[in-house]
Amino acid sequence: MSAPQTLLDRLWSSHEILQRDDGTSLLWVDRHLVHEGSHHAFAKLAARKAHVAEPSLTFAVVDHYAPTRRGRDVAPDIAGMMKTLEDNARAHDLTLYDLDHPAQGIVHVVGPEQGLTLPGLLINCGDSHTSTHGAFGALAFGIGATEVAHVLSTQTVWQRKPDAMRITVDGTLGPGVSAKDIALNWIARLGTSGAQGHAIEYAGSAVRGLSMEGRMTLCNLSIEGGARFGMVAPDAVTLDYIKGRPFAPKGPDWDRAVQLWDGLTSDTAAGFHKDVYFDAAEIAPTVTWGTSPEQAAPVTANLPNDLTQTTTEALEYMGLSPGAPIAGTPVDQVFIGSCTNGRIEDLRAAAAVLSGRRARVPGIVSPGSALVKMQAEQEGLDQIFSNAGLEWVASGCSMCVGMNGDLVAAGKRCASSTNRNFRGRQGRGARTHLMSPAMVAAAAVTGAISDVRPLLEGRAV
Amino acid sequence: MAGWTKHTGTAVLLARDNIDTDQLIPARFMSVPRSEGYGEYLLYDVRRDATGQPERDFPLNRVKGVSVLVAGQNFGSGSSREAAVYALVDAGIRAVIAPGFGDIFAGNAVNNGLLPAQVTPDDWQALRNALSDAPRDLSIDLATLCIQGGDNTIPFQLSENWRTKLIHGWDDIDLTLHHADDIARHRRALHERQPWVFPAPDA
Ligand code: SF4
Repeated sequence: MSAPQTLLDRLWSSHEILQRDDGTSLLWVDRHLVHEGSHHAFAKLAARKAHVAEPSLTFAVVDHYAPTRRGRDVAPDIAGMMKTLEDNARAHDLTLYDLDHPAQGIVHVVGPEQGLTLPGLLINCGDSHTSTHGAFGALAFGIGATEVAHVLSTQTVWQRKPDAMRITVDGTLGPGVSAKDIALNWIARLGTSGAQGHAIEYAGSAVRGLSMEGRMTLCNLSIEGGARFGMVAPDAVTLDYIKGRPFAPKGPDWDRAVQLWDGLTSDTAAGFHKDVYFDAAEIAPTVTWGTSPEQAAPVTANLPNDLTQTTTEALEYMGLSPGAPIAGTPVDQVFIGSCTNGRIEDLRAAAAVLSGRRARVPGIVSPGSALVKMQAEQEGLDQIFSNAGLEWVASGCSMCVGMNGDLVAAGKRCASSTNRNFRGRQGRGARTHLMSPAMVAAAAVTGAISDVRPLLEGRAV
Repeated sequence: MAGWTKHTGTAVLLARDNIDTDQLIPARFMSVPRSEGYGEYLLYDVRRDATGQPERDFPLNRVKGVSVLVAGQNFGSGSSREAAVYALVDAGIRAVIAPGFGDIFAGNAVNNGLLPAQVTPDDWQALRNALSDAPRDLSIDLATLCIQGGDNTIPFQLSENWRTKLIHGWDDIDLTLHHADDIARHRRALHERQPWVFPAPDA
């Protein structure tokens, strides 16, 4: 009998072409996703006069610089970034999701929607939140520009195998508590280096109970806890999501694929280098108060009193006083969107809070893709947002990173469904509080950071 | 890219944890082609006050010719933007010494000849004390994996493959192309076993 294997072991060995003496593996890449930020890598390719090794496995998506108010004039540098990607995609004969494509959106939303993301694949993208795709039981990780150029030229990547880590969340999440809260909660407890050097497999009944959207949110945020990989073993929920999508296997291929995917699990006896456990019932709606995702706490908590240099600086930047309650902190604006929380389920969760209510502060709602936008409009969610006074805009990375010009002004406080509360992430001097879309909606309605749970009482969610 | 084994240069202390990639280079500068140089964008908003004037007290503004940074925990966490490394390299930085690094950042650094030297928290404290008043010269040796400053010698951690890469300044693409046959074999077997990996989308 062979030694018990983890899901990581299985995915790794099926992609390993060879291993060097120093322990680094050369891995085959099944899907390579590129975006406007990949211009450095294409420039390297041009400098070598090289071509893309596998154009049919390389997909280009316009998202980071995508204007969310389509039709308006775009600044020349932003237009230039999109054009460079489009030119490169054409020159190398890549499938391109540009602004006019009906399935355009954020790369980590488009991949799964199009069925490009499948269990058992290795997926690379020059973006750290590539871990999102691990929700399908794929080996997915972000890479830098030098590595992007390497994948473009060889369809392979050199990588050292990380250690396996398991985060088990058992039980049932309370009402108003979501995958975002699970993630912020574990990162707050283990720290931003808590999963450094590890590939996380999420397990347990609470994880199984999540939709694919929720699992993607969870895997997406793995990088904020230091892990490059986040994974969930595929199951019926995964298959349901994939079936019928444009790039998903069809006919006999589907049956063969499903048979193979069924085996993508960790053996019961498999050992994990790190194994941590959380009880879903103990997780409350969680918000960040500082400038690192680990600086997060339940909305019912107070800001820390026992200060280190790091927490002092964070509170100072955020304009907050030690020991004060987090709830009640007034916000200036809100943002709902991003590859973390810009999917249909996220918009539904926000709409459930906003329905029939008015936002006290301005805000933007940007769906993760044009398909999410269409679906939301069919469900009338856009009306709920507009009636609440929020702006319903087109899809893109938008205020998650501000590259397209959607910025938070210096000193302004934004309740945001995104993934990074770093200094200046949403704009120079911007103060970002990360939270779930439902919690952002609660902040919009009350004008302050608030517990969403009372606002959901008596509502169908 | 040129390899290197030894470097001696001026080190300054940046005693902050979590200097993430968004601080290293704000997103708004990332559309610039590399040929224009990224050095002036390094820590752009951190080094300047609200009016855009350089903060006189900031170590990197005060000291000229810095090539070694001693920074706090979790340096380079965050995004995969290699521009964060370009900003450091183009500003003349050859090594960053910290108790811990963001994974993707560290890999990107090595791909550009920049050393991410990981030291223990205790050794980091010693370095911090040594640099707290003024910058000083540090010597870094990739052969012995040691940092030397005055009479102190401090070891640092670096994986074997990264050390080799830094020393030789290797380009991975050239190395990988030597394995073209293995890659082609893998591809053929995959095509046979899992044809759906090579997709034909709906018409
Ligand atoms: S939404 Fe934000 S985190 Fe996601 S890909 Fe875009 S910039 Fe990156």
